[in-house]
Amino acid sequence: MKPAPFDYEAPRTLEDALALLGEDVKVLAGGQSLVPVMNFRLAQPAKLVDVNRIDDLAYLRRVNGRLRIGATTRHATLERSGLVARGWPLLQQAVRHVGHPQIRSRGTVGGSCAHADPTAELPVALTALDAVFHLRSRSGRRSVPAAEFFVTHLTTVLRPDELLVEIEVPPMPEGARTAFVEHARTHGDWAIAGAAVVVAPRHAAIALLGAGPTPVRARRAEAALVEGVPASEAAALAAELVEDEWRAALTRTLVRRALEEAGV
Amino acid sequence: MRITVTVNGAEHTADVEPRTLLSDFLRHDLGLTGTHVGCEHGVCGACTVQVDGEPVRSCLMFAVQTDGRAVRTIEDLAPSDDELHPLQEAFHAEHALQCGFCTAGFLMTLEPFVRDRPDASEQEIREAVAGNLCRCTGYEGIVKAVRRVSA
Repeated sequence: MKPAPFDYEAPRTLEDALALLGEDVKVLAGGQSLVPVMNFRLAQPAKLVDVNRIDDLAYLRRVNGRLRIGATTRHATLERSGLVARGWPLLQQAVRHVGHPQIRSRGTVGGSCAHADPTAELPVALTALDAVFHLRSRSGRRSVPAAEFFVTHLTTVLRPDELLVEIEVPPMPEGARTAFVEHARTHGDWAIAGAAVVVAPRHAAIALLGAGPTPVRARRAEAALVEGVPASEAAALAAELVEDEWRAALTRTLVRRALEEAGV
Repeated sequence: MRITVTVNGAEHTADVEPRTLLSDFLRHDLGLTGTHVGCEHGVCGACTVQVDGEPVRSCLMFAVQTDGRAVRTIEDLAPSDDELHPLQEAFHAEHALQCGFCTAGFLMTLEPFVRDRPDASEQEIREAVAGNLCRCTGYEGIVKAVRRVSA
């Protein structure tokens, strides 16, 4: 239950961090998923690049109405942010379900997204909010929308030489209401199913947790909601995306609850 | 690697391997065995300490990461050798421990919680300790102790 030996680097600047990335190197952000698998020796990276000492990677800013989240922003910071509460309450509703207080003290928004656990809450909320992921490498930069960033279980489009540096969230539509609901065996445990919803006049976004190896948008349910169907009908459409019978039933209930919480 | 870390108000300089967990550094290098090690993969919460005032699992941090930071362990909770912290008093009064293995983790998790959230509901108290496992008490006494100290 102790990690295998590794080389450790804690660069102070983004440029230094990017220069250290490559094959068999893992980025250490909050470490709340990486360190357990290292303790089990399921992961034995040759080198860890600790990005926690890069100060200008942890921030929450509103720029031209859009929220910019620095990759090493802690879950606890997001949870306590007035800026997030006022403009993007869905992120706060979601982050309260992430692990436990001790996990949220260390865990980072960028780390959670780059790790891409299919049961993680923030990727689902960010998918409902149409977030954009900004990546950097020594050779350049690119921006990837949430719909393309998550590839499958524990896999994103990030290449070994790339670092997720910022997540950008567009403003919510006028009059939007949001909700995040999930089912887990106990609070903070891995969720079995869940839903993040954003509802406004002529706008609906429903992202599902547990419907596949990545967050899934329930597009048909969204279109039906915009046309004015009741929550129960939209929830039934969303649940059609889930294969297992019991998980589909659970999803249907959770989506209905989320929509009702958001005022549908 | 050489690190300098403040633990319970005292500065320590030590050479550690990068892979040394903070929990092992505290126990083996500094002899602070009040921090208990349960699961070593971030499930049981027994090893919870505070880093820069925030509760963290010391088995999920490397000691090198605390270079330049302030760590607080259970040894620093009671104000003196013959006085208990109010939260410890409450745990004692409400039978919130039996074997005691998990207790340090609960206390280090709850100390900032009772300070920041004196008005917490029972549900919020239960969520606050959801990351700490106790196999003796059934949590009833622990929740009562938190309510007692918050009242």
